[in-house]
Amino acid sequence: MVAVEHNEVVLAAEGITKRFGGIKALDGAHLSIQAGQVHAVVGENGAGKSTLMKVLAGVHRDYEGRVLLAGREVAFANPRQAQEAGIAIIHQELNLIAQLSIAENVFLGREFLNPLGLIDFRKMYDEAGTLLDKLDLHVDPRRSVSELRVGQQQIVEIAKALALDARVIIMDEPTSAISEREVEVLFRLIASLTQRGVAVVYISHKLDEVSRIADRITVMRDGRTVGSRACRELSHDDIVRMMVGRDVDEFFAKAEVARGTEALRVEGIRLDHPDRPGDYLVRDISFSVHRGEVLGLFGLMGAGRTELFETIFGLHAQSSTGRMSLGGAELHASSPLDAIEAGLALVPEDRKLQGLILDMSVTANISLASIAAVERCGFLSERRERILAADYANRLRIKTASQRQSVKNLSGGNQQKVVIAKWLATKPKVLLLDEPTRGIDVNAKNEIYKLISELAAAGLAIVMSSSELPEIMTIADRIIVLSEGRQTAEFPRATATEESILKAALPRSLSAS
Amino acid sequence: MLERTDYRAIASRFRSLVALLLMVLAFSIFADGFLSVDNLWTVMRQISVNTCLSVGMTLVILTGGFDLSVGSILALSGAIMAGLLKFGTQLEALDLYIGYQAPAAILIGILAGAFLGLFNGVAITRFKVPPFVATLAMLTIARGLTKLYTGGEAITGLGEAFVSIGSGRLLGIPNQVWIAAGIVVAVAVLLKRTRFGRYIYAVGGNEAAAQLSGVNVKRVKLMVYTIAGALSAVGGLIVTSRLNSATPIAGEGFELDSIAAVVIGGTSLSGGKGSVLGTVLGALIIGVLNSGLVIMGVDPFWQTVIKGFVILLAVVVDRLNAKE
Repeated sequence: MVAVEHNEVVLAAEGITKRFGGIKALDGAHLSIQAGQVHAVVGENGAGKSTLMKVLAGVHRDYEGRVLLAGREVAFANPRQAQEAGIAIIHQELNLIAQLSIAENVFLGREFLNPLGLIDFRKMYDEAGTLLDKLDLHVDPRRSVSELRVGQQQIVEIAKALALDARVIIMDEPTSAISEREVEVLFRLIASLTQRGVAVVYISHKLDEVSRIADRITVMRDGRTVGSRACRELSHDDIVRMMVGRDVDEFFAKAEVARGTEALRVEGIRLDHPDRPGDYLVRDISFSVHRGEVLGLFGLMGAGRTELFETIFGLHAQSSTGRMSLGGAELHASSPLDAIEAGLALVPEDRKLQGLILDMSVTANISLASIAAVERCGFLSERRERILAADYANRLRIKTASQRQSVKNLSGGNQQKVVIAKWLATKPKVLLLDEPTRGIDVNAKNEIYKLISELAAAGLAIVMSSSELPEIMTIADRIIVLSEGRQTAEFPRATATEESILKAALPRSLSAS
Repeated sequence: MLERTDYRAIASRFRSLVALLLMVLAFSIFADGFLSVDNLWTVMRQISVNTCLSVGMTLVILTGGFDLSVGSILALSGAIMAGLLKFGTQLEALDLYIGYQAPAAILIGILAGAFLGLFNGVAITRFKVPPFVATLAMLTIARGLTKLYTGGEAITGLGEAFVSIGSGRLLGIPNQVWIAAGIVVAVAVLLKRTRFGRYIYAVGGNEAAAQLSGVNVKRVKLMVYTIAGALSAVGGLIVTSRLNSATPIAGEGFELDSIAAVVIGGTSLSGGKGSVLGTVLGALIIGVLNSGLVIMGVDPFWQTVIKGFVILLAVVVDRLNAKE
């Protein structure tokens, strides 16, 4: 490690402007990163955080303004040059090659060679093993990355950065896909990195995390730097005010709705593990949800929430068992089509992978699951389709330049609303929402909460999963906790506490210790 | 951010059109006799077969698939039509001979093509064989069956009614141009105005999302391969009736021209993006290029080289524009 003075400015951006076509993604943004500090960059989606990071990491070249590395102006031609200069970026979507081993990923492009010019695997595995130990990840570096959980993959990314002797590590929303326990591991890692003089730039939506670990906070809005202060000088409200540029009126509160009749009942749902015979991903889950009720499903990563939803929705008909009934009538869903016809709707966890056809228009995405409704004599009626989509787009306040716009050009929050609109258009009786606020900004989150509350008030039965405690405690009337595929607890909202929920959610081996 | 993709799709189609017009202009100047009514019809007639195949290929590629077997299916279905017309069917056990009129022979030939396409589809959806491999196998299987069926020799002398399909005209326009145009219009409507068409784009755009939205992904795939097989058989009908002969080597290499037409037409090989109209432009570009180069007397070997570069150029231009 190069000797660095703590608190010395290692990397600075001055007056950075970056345009995409006619749109300014960055408008004179500045940022100054000090060695040995955690510098959080916060802002709503579209505020320009990621773009600024890509400028620093050499991904974007054509920008105005200056990037200074240890006081000297630099212009990286590509990410590799930035890496060699000691700037590593860990993207939200991890950049690992799934088929290669951990060690091969860590040393990709810089493999150790033996005298014959072939790869010296022994040395590579040894070195990778040492790095992983340092990072508290106790897995064999020969294993392929595809076998690791997301949190573990992230640590491999950090190992990669360390192998490069990075002086600045940029982490883009590192906790968006990992469990609370893995978050703790990550935070410990970050602390040890800063002790060694590494500067960590931490991008996140989660203010709790930010105020916990950051030394300094920079708030961005509309491509500009709104302010940069020491963390202890800022309260949450201050930060939120800087982010949105106005006072936050109030926190969201879900309206109380009288519970209606039973809408969905599931009993003894069980899903086989695809690789391990005799093991299960979902074990004997039973619950019921009533009209007007929001049932919260809390669980950490790997708890089986997504698998449970998928099983209910008919995606694993071959490998699952259990009984379901919808509005009193027995339901056999052997495909999503059956589930949809019975009145179920599933907003999947990953909207880009499973929710949207990114190249299709807003209209076509909204109408996709209910397209039979806009048919006339076997042909699609463009007019009916437009009306149907516009109706739901208005109701959900989807912001788009035009209905014909591809959804890939929409912000995360609006994309999520498109997915929800698609499902509402099928006029479901039960709405299953798998992590509906993942990766969307504060404002959009509040809008989604409001929407869920309205839908419940209108008599829809809603099951919503989340891995964020404050969220589930705000929105759910009743909370079921899953851990390793098992149902470990159930609380009405009134008696639920963060501690009790989390305790039930921790895997047994851990909570015992 | 205003409707960037739509704008791009239109721009890309527009580029193909401009490229086509520039080529026509260039050949009109440099290739003596290129710009004549006769040659226009010759070009149209020549591309009608490729258009049939390419339209089917477009459907397959839109779902994110691939079909290498179109040329072989063309040959086998053409041979079946010719065989039925010429020899009929002998059922020795029943001491029965069945002769066929042209419509019956054509129908059976097209059904055979559809069946071979369905076979591709089953291999791909049921047995999870990658489309490239499954249709490569069919390319070989159908070619082999054609050789078996024809005994390695051309079947000729197919009768007036059948032959008139490939050589006749209706309202002054060659029949095969009508057939190809009919297919183009029908499939364009299918794609843009029916639920099935929307599902094709959805499957190619994001299979997982389509499935979760209640699209029967397997059925959509089965259907596109079946349609591609049937359209290859229509190509076989045109080729066979035009030549008054079914040869065991008919349609060899046609899959390449049809993939080229789809690619030049701007349809994305990863699926979900593209149009039949683009493919028609692609087929026209290839047809005009072939004709112009022949008239200019360019060495046939060089013609192939040039065609290859045109395909490359089309994709490179698309990519550069996608990057802005």
